[in-house]
Amino acid sequence: MQRFVDLTLNGVTNGMIYAVVALALVLIWRSTGVLNFAQGAMAMFTTYIAGAIVEHRGSYWLAIAVALGSGAVIGAVIERTIVRRVENGPVLNPVIVTLGLLVVLEALAGIIWGGGLRSFPAYFSQLGVVVGHDRLAFSHFDLYVMVAIVTVLVALVVLFRFTSLGLRMRASAFAPDVARLLGVRVGRMLTLGWALAGVVGALAGALVAPELLLSPNYMDAVFIYGFTAAVVGGLQSPLGAVVGGLVVGLVLAYVGGYLGSTLEALGALAILMVVLMARPQGIFTRVAQRQV
Amino acid sequence: MRHLRLPRQPMLRHLVLALGGALVLFAVTSAVGPYDDYQIGQIGIDAVAIAGLTLLTGTNGQISLGQGAFIMVGAYGAGMLLVHTKLPIALALLLGVVISAAAGALIGLPASRLRGPYLAGMTLALAVGLPAIPVEFAGVFGGEQGLNVNPPVPPAGIDPQRWLTWIVLVAVLVMLVLLGNLVRSRFGRAFRAVRDDEVAAAISGIAVAHTRVTAFAVSAAAAGLAGGLLGLSTGGVVPDAFSVGLSISLLAGMVLGGTGRVLGAWWGAVILVYVPQWSASVSDGLGLRQGQSSNLALLFYGLVLIVVILVAPDGIQGRLVHLWSLVTRRSTPRPGGGAVDPDRAPASHSEDHETREALA
Repeated sequence: MQRFVDLTLNGVTNGMIYAVVALALVLIWRSTGVLNFAQGAMAMFTTYIAGAIVEHRGSYWLAIAVALGSGAVIGAVIERTIVRRVENGPVLNPVIVTLGLLVVLEALAGIIWGGGLRSFPAYFSQLGVVVGHDRLAFSHFDLYVMVAIVTVLVALVVLFRFTSLGLRMRASAFAPDVARLLGVRVGRMLTLGWALAGVVGALAGALVAPELLLSPNYMDAVFIYGFTAAVVGGLQSPLGAVVGGLVVGLVLAYVGGYLGSTLEALGALAILMVVLMARPQGIFTRVAQRQV
Repeated sequence: MRHLRLPRQPMLRHLVLALGGALVLFAVTSAVGPYDDYQIGQIGIDAVAIAGLTLLTGTNGQISLGQGAFIMVGAYGAGMLLVHTKLPIALALLLGVVISAAAGALIGLPASRLRGPYLAGMTLALAVGLPAIPVEFAGVFGGEQGLNVNPPVPPAGIDPQRWLTWIVLVAVLVMLVLLGNLVRSRFGRAFRAVRDDEVAAAISGIAVAHTRVTAFAVSAAAAGLAGGLLGLSTGGVVPDAFSVGLSISLLAGMVLGGTGRVLGAWWGAVILVYVPQWSASVSDGLGLRQGQSSNLALLFYGLVLIVVILVAPDGIQGRLVHLWSLVTRRSTPRPGGGAVDPDRAPASHSEDHETREALA
């Protein structure tokens, strides 16, 4: 029972992180119809930058701020210089190009920081909280992860629901031509969307790094779980991304705990296959007729 | 130069090309040393894996990041048979292909309903997840150490490495002829029809889902052969060899050679075999740390994926075909400039290009 509770707690914490990655993917997918395969690698790169700052100056919060800022810059630069040139072409081109970016970022990280494992500070204690006689698999750091992620979710809801900027961004995604006619700078909104996704992804990278340790491909698996979460949620819906993240987090925690931790990626594949066969549009989107 | 024309009938044409290729390869492999023979074998193996991928992506419009995983299935399938049974090599390779094709059909089932990015993500999960299986079930698959596959015994007087390379190349050429014929057959036309317009294909009586699963299985079959040959030629099968990096490098090879072009697979394969060497010497030249050469190779593959799509989406073979058509003036340039429109998909070459695509 204790084990089940621990796995559940782990599942929820990890699920929140997958939810954030999924959210970053959904932000970009909704606005540009591009699935950003480099999302995980971008987060990996910004976390390495944060790690370098911690090594030199020591301030965790400065490092996090720089990581989020560089996430925005990397996202915006990639959108402006590369993605914009392929997003209206054949559907496979953005897939190939963002994969290329994934590989380039991982190779660069390997060249700059070496391929070995590096630690990343957690700032808060990673020891489980003691309740009664038992030590739960839920630490102060996990609480911080939760708070940080919920804050970001609330901020995004406020941005999209209650601000003029959010309205313009939604309009650009929903009907770019009409939005352009009404004076919205659609191109800028798309760049902003990528920057925002870069920030959100960078947060996920920094929050998961203390547990996984930094290496050039430490975000590969996290990206796949985030992608799975986004697909479970339907790729369109931010709420779906969050729920999908929790579902994937819990299922994979049980798979890892009861079957073997190396099988988690195959667990994600199984989820993907089941969801895509049974309900390819995901759980949280209505069926949309594909235009012929 | 009419007398130099290849036969128009596809089977004959591909056989002639394959025989010509076999003669050239026979001459080259006999002239060079064992190390170069080994490299040529590797090129053949990569070429058949890329050819499978290019058939899936270029002809059927599906993208797979899991080609490395299917290579692994074929490698373990054929490898287990060679280690535990006394089957002849050809039969073990064939069964490896069958096992891999079956795995491809299984993975292809959901794929039959998916568009580009979904499929890419799913096959990426496969490529990341599958190498855990031999480690988790070490009793069956030998764990991290993998399997040791004994090389075939050559007839007296033939260098073992050369013999091995010949076996590899014969298997590769047979598979490429089969793939080439498939592309020109009713199945190939169905693949292209589904790629270009699913609804129109369905109206014409093509079973769309069935066609997509078939394409996936065929592509996995080619990967399975590559896997079986890889185990044979390197003398072993280890899970580490089938990382995501393998799948992505094959994708880079495909894009660079020219998506949808079986001859382009050879360009891609040559590059994939020689890039690690070049990057090692560049890495030495720059005085980089140990282990950095693999990062340089990775950087190259990543840049290839981006730059080729942005600059020349039809790849090396596409550019060569274009040049050739300029030289011979056999095609009239279209309105919109040139025979190759950069705005079109690498996955949507028009039919008259394909008729001139030489398929080895």
